[in-house]
Amino acid sequence: MNRQRIRLLWFVATLVMSLFLMLIPLPAPLMPLKPYWPALVLLYWCLQSGDRVTLGLAFCVGVGADLFDGVLLGEQALRLTAMVFIALRFRSRLRFFPMWQQSLAVLGFLLNDRVLLLLVRVLGGDALPPAEYWISPFVGAALWPFLFLILDDLRARLRIHEA
Amino acid sequence: MALNRDESSPLFAGSVAGTLRLIVYLALACVLMVLDHRGGWLNSVRYGLSLIVEPVYRIAGLPSQGFHAATVAFADRQRLTEANQRLREDLLLANAKLNRMASVAEQNARLKELLDTQHSLNLNVQLARLIGVDLGTFRHRIVLNVGARDQVKPGQVVIDARGVMGQVVDVMPTTSVAMLITDPNHAIPVTVERTGLRTIAYGSRAGDMLTLPNIPVSADVREGDKLVTSGLGGRFPPGFPVGEIREVAQTPSGMFLAAQARPAADLDRSEDVLLLHDLAEGAGPPAPATSSGPPADLAMPPQSAAPTLPSVTSPSVTPVPANATSSSAIAPTGTP
Repeated sequence: MNRQRIRLLWFVATLVMSLFLMLIPLPAPLMPLKPYWPALVLLYWCLQSGDRVTLGLAFCVGVGADLFDGVLLGEQALRLTAMVFIALRFRSRLRFFPMWQQSLAVLGFLLNDRVLLLLVRVLGGDALPPAEYWISPFVGAALWPFLFLILDDLRARLRIHEA
Repeated sequence: MALNRDESSPLFAGSVAGTLRLIVYLALACVLMVLDHRGGWLNSVRYGLSLIVEPVYRIAGLPSQGFHAATVAFADRQRLTEANQRLREDLLLANAKLNRMASVAEQNARLKELLDTQHSLNLNVQLARLIGVDLGTFRHRIVLNVGARDQVKPGQVVIDARGVMGQVVDVMPTTSVAMLITDPNHAIPVTVERTGLRTIAYGSRAGDMLTLPNIPVSADVREGDKLVTSGLGGRFPPGFPVGEIREVAQTPSGMFLAAQARPAADLDRSEDVLLLHDLAEGAGPPAPATSSGPPADLAMPPQSAAPTLPSVTSPSVTPVPANATSSSAIAPTGTP
């Protein structure tokens, strides 16, 4: 029971952390390199415990992120829901990919996400973004193995602590 | 190998129910976006939820604040002394300039009063501080630590020591979000200071420049020309520096000249900014003048003719603490 609760807490804490990471500013030259943290953490949880991540949760996280960002309400909800849907669809296969292949898959997800964002922005009347707009998915994919290993390690430690 | 083969995660085929749910959520998101885009009640929802959002902004701003504090703490003494010295000199210079300007301002105010215009040199401002929060990489927004409780309203102009930074677009109880002039969706009416040519400066989609896409081909615009706000449109008061032209070229169609300008304000370095309080005159014709002729106090000039000394000798800003509700006025006010 207690263990269950700790796991749930850890799950929620990572998601909240990802939202914070999204808001924390980087020095100006590094700005375009910032990965889309909520997406990465959601993807991790998709692969690790797919029963906990549902489309509804992705939607809620997205709406929360929209509230914080002050963008169009529903924009990130749309993006995250679409991404989680694809990730859950291919979850069983993704889990058995070696790390580099997983990274490539994550790159695909993030690029797809950027395309969606571009569609929403352009339909909403914004101008086309500059070329650096496309760097962030690559950074995200490069960080994926590290993020995955760190989160996995922390999760394992928590479980040992509890047992 | 333990394959997870329940219905929630089939190995190959997806379920129809999952697709349906996806469609429902996507539709919901689209409805939200359309409603939000059309404006209206979602703004008030956001205002209500600011109870949650604002503390998060404050917390998310902590790392950059801490970083700033650390750089100050570890900056060596010599650099600080140098900076202090430089600031002192700047202040001295600025004060000297202001002192000289005060008499001119006074004279100007007097002449304007004679003309019965409503322009004034009063600057009614409020000091605000940036909160270090990243609202998306290419979004050109900044978060300020003043909000509706400090009488901030959408549309207020944000300036720093060098020029116009942008305008407030979103107000929450104790924070507000401002759009920078470099945002692609932002436009600001400007005049070229040297020639008086009126045009409009838009934000550019590539980073930190302004574009002026429709200058007449025959216009006299050069590299290095200063741009100031023209005051047209009734939002930005006239006379504030906006930027400096860096490059002029013909548009591909050959119908216009297009110029690139660098903003005068330190858009990515300013920490303290000023919010202007309702300075610009509203759009539309001015109210009809009630009395013609000079104002009553200028009708009897003999005793006040001799001294044209400035009544305000050293105008200075009294910085308002961010949460103070009052706003300070920058001299020169030039009241006779």
